[in-house]
Amino acid sequence: MTTFELNGRRVSVHSPDDTPLLWVIRDEVGLTGTKFGCGIGFCGACTVHVEGRATRSCITPLGAVAGVKITTIEGLDPEDRHPLQTAWLELQVPQCGYCQSGQIMQAATLLKDYPDPSDRDINAVMAGNVCRCMTYPRIRKAIQLAASRMRGVTHG
Amino acid sequence: MIRRISIAFFAAACFALAGLLLLARRAVIAPIEHPVPESFSVGSVAQGEALAAAGHCASCHTGPDGQPFAGGYRMNTPFGIIYGSNLTPDPKTGIGLWSLQAFARAMREGVSRDGSHLFPAFPYYAFTKLSDADIEALYAYLMTLPAVSATKPANTLPFPLSVRAFQEGWKILFFRSGRYRTDPSKSNDWNRGGYLAEALADCSGCHTPRNVLGAEKTHDAYAGAEVDGWIAPALTAANPSPIPWTEEELFKYLRTGIGPLHGATAGTMTDVIRGSLALPIVPDSDVRDIAVYFSEMDHASARIGAIEANTRKALATSYLGSGQESDPDADLYVSACISCHYNAGPVPLPARPELSLNSALTLPEPTNFIHAVLKGVGETGGAPGLVMPEYASSLGDGQIARLAAYLRRTRTKSPPWTNLDKKVADIRRDSGKSR
Repeated sequence: MTTFELNGRRVSVHSPDDTPLLWVIRDEVGLTGTKFGCGIGFCGACTVHVEGRATRSCITPLGAVAGVKITTIEGLDPEDRHPLQTAWLELQVPQCGYCQSGQIMQAATLLKDYPDPSDRDINAVMAGNVCRCMTYPRIRKAIQLAASRMRGVTHG
Repeated sequence: MIRRISIAFFAAACFALAGLLLLARRAVIAPIEHPVPESFSVGSVAQGEALAAAGHCASCHTGPDGQPFAGGYRMNTPFGIIYGSNLTPDPKTGIGLWSLQAFARAMREGVSRDGSHLFPAFPYYAFTKLSDADIEALYAYLMTLPAVSATKPANTLPFPLSVRAFQEGWKILFFRSGRYRTDPSKSNDWNRGGYLAEALADCSGCHTPRNVLGAEKTHDAYAGAEVDGWIAPALTAANPSPIPWTEEELFKYLRTGIGPLHGATAGTMTDVIRGSLALPIVPDSDVRDIAVYFSEMDHASARIGAIEANTRKALATSYLGSGQESDPDADLYVSACISCHYNAGPVPLPARPELSLNSALTLPEPTNFIHAVLKGVGETGGAPGLVMPEYASSLGDGQIARLAAYLRRTRTKSPPWTNLDKKVADIRRDSGKSR
């Protein structure tokens, strides 16, 4: 049995240690906001936070996260009002939406590390999160909007 | 005539061997009644606890899921498996019958209470340098632990290596008994660091290469060595990191598991940090003194001036690969690595191990790099709070080899690694990580 903290709640699961964390989150715990994309850590759809840092859950084995804090899109903000989420809504970022929870989780780590990110910073940190609908320009804009609000700067 | 000479030689050899075996067993030290905990001073017990932590005794004397210090840790040596023994004061399976004299002899001469030799997997060759007061403190701490009855599994050393009497020969060849010698030309901090590193923590046990008989090559001290399939880097000026290990950087690394200008711990060193030097009971000053000792060995002070410029130069490569997805090597890096490892500068963030400065990329062999990519770094396997996913199932041997070659080529000034495909395949096989 493996115990960890998921969105502030202690959970104990019975999957074997080598089970991908993503399967545990979706199938055993039942939180489906995190998506299965490529399954090999190359698309970013499965991104969650492990101890506050964006991590590809599809290739992170359960055994690697025993006892740690995991946050999924459902736990990013208690009222789903993280500045990135509100910016996403305002700018209508998603098209099909499949990759978006991963995009937002990755962007949250980006803003934690670089509160005033340059385009270069965004390109680098977001490069592993692909979007087949090509929403990249809106993703970039939403990140900048959220960043400015989080820094306490009025936008416009 | 020749026959006679051969017989004479044979006889002489037999006598020598017989003599050796006779010498080889030392006196039994009489058992004692288990001392009452109150017979040890509180100060001595506390000092012993701190020393046992800094000496990471529990690493080798605690089994998987076992009670601390109750033995059973499986040590894979080139000669066979040796299991750590039970150090709790249980009279049957631990050291409950051991007097201070018996304990001191084991620590300093590598001889068990019953007179048989201990194998140098137990670093008595280092502990022989410990002071009387520290040996007494360690004894006081261990004898006041809760007694745990736990019998360790039998070692799997093949005959004749399993014959403890033969250790006499090893000791004659390689072991010198004696206390730590202070160097009056050096500072107190340096000497304290040297004492902790040489007598207690046995840093050379992993960082000094060994000869075929498993003894450290003293003329090659701290030149780097392979341990448990990982590379323990050189701690001398031969260390290939572009940034020197200054006192401050080494202190951070040993205390937190992250040296921002070198990378985060993984593999065998993690136990030494998380199970030992990062523990609050080990005083900051002791960890700092160890850092003083090794930063001098690394000749760090001579290279301090170039740190800023070299860091800037290295970080300028952090973005390389982005926008170059048509290059299949860069594409691998951008898809799999850049989101966590990119650094904007001017200095790398501790939670973003910067690859251009990373020891795994600058070492002469790709061993540590391959381990990290294949198996990732679990929460308990590296610095606290840093988890790296494992790429064993998503990247083939050829892709990992290409990624290694690409990063070595674009991030370091070191010569290319050779034979990468085979090295990846070998490590994958040894670690049981099939695709």
